[in-house]
Amino acid sequence: MTATPEFDTLTVGEVVADTSVHLTRDALVRYAGASGDFNPIHYRDDVAASVGLPGVLAHGMLTMGLAVQPVIDWLGDPGRMVDYGVRFTRPVVVDPADGATVTVVAKVGQLDGEARTARIDLTASSNDATVLGRAQVRVSLA
Amino acid sequence: MGREKIREFARAVFASHPTFLDPEAAREAGYADVVAPPTFAVVVQEQTLAQLLGEPDAGIDFSRVVHGEQRFAYSRPIVAGDELRATLTVTSLKSLGGNAMVTAESTIVDASDAHVVTATSTLVIRGDDA
Repeated sequence: MTATPEFDTLTVGEVVADTSVHLTRDALVRYAGASGDFNPIHYRDDVAASVGLPGVLAHGMLTMGLAVQPVIDWLGDPGRMVDYGVRFTRPVVVDPADGATVTVVAKVGQLDGEARTARIDLTASSNDATVLGRAQVRVSLA
Repeated sequence: MGREKIREFARAVFASHPTFLDPEAAREAGYADVVAPPTFAVVVQEQTLAQLLGEPDAGIDFSRVVHGEQRFAYSRPIVAGDELRATLTVTSLKSLGGNAMVTAESTIVDASDAHVVTATSTLVIRGDDA
């Protein structure tokens, strides 16, 4: 098991984790089944087109769910994550053949020395555009 | 909360930390069983939201609903074997240029009524002209 990051060695702006996830249509179907969100805009091109979307979209909650994983791996214990919030700013369009790649970079955004908590800011992007806004994870390193 | 449901969800969100997948690793880390990934609470919250959106009186057309924001505030992670109860409160209703914005908060507690997580969703309901 990974050791807990040392609060005192962290600096604001430091990159603590980064990752890239390749999403395919089957990943969307798998998430639909696991989460119970069977909105057809996440797997049917005809339905996505009929409501004016540029294509089949990844579930926002799938993007949110995968974006926090590198932070958990860095923390070494999911219990140290106390708060996680995002805004869904831009959808991730998943091409039927090529899929889509979501890149996540996690940086220290703020440190609270008294509470020994850190705010980790996530930048999630796909096709060079950010897809989550104000994606922030608060972690306890007490 | 069933162990296999949690593991299925963990694989679907590309979770690799062993506490999400391996009961032995979870026990070594001090948990009774596998831990649910942070966003798993949405599966519990979804059931309360479905009740709200399904209310005939609510008059909400599901195809016009867009997820705007989501937040989870945890007291402790969800662990397989937990018996959870969720209570949904609509905390804010706003009208914005033909669209409606609903903020709904689900407070999730365990069998001993101790707080586990609060999940807050902001939904945008697009108006006819939007």
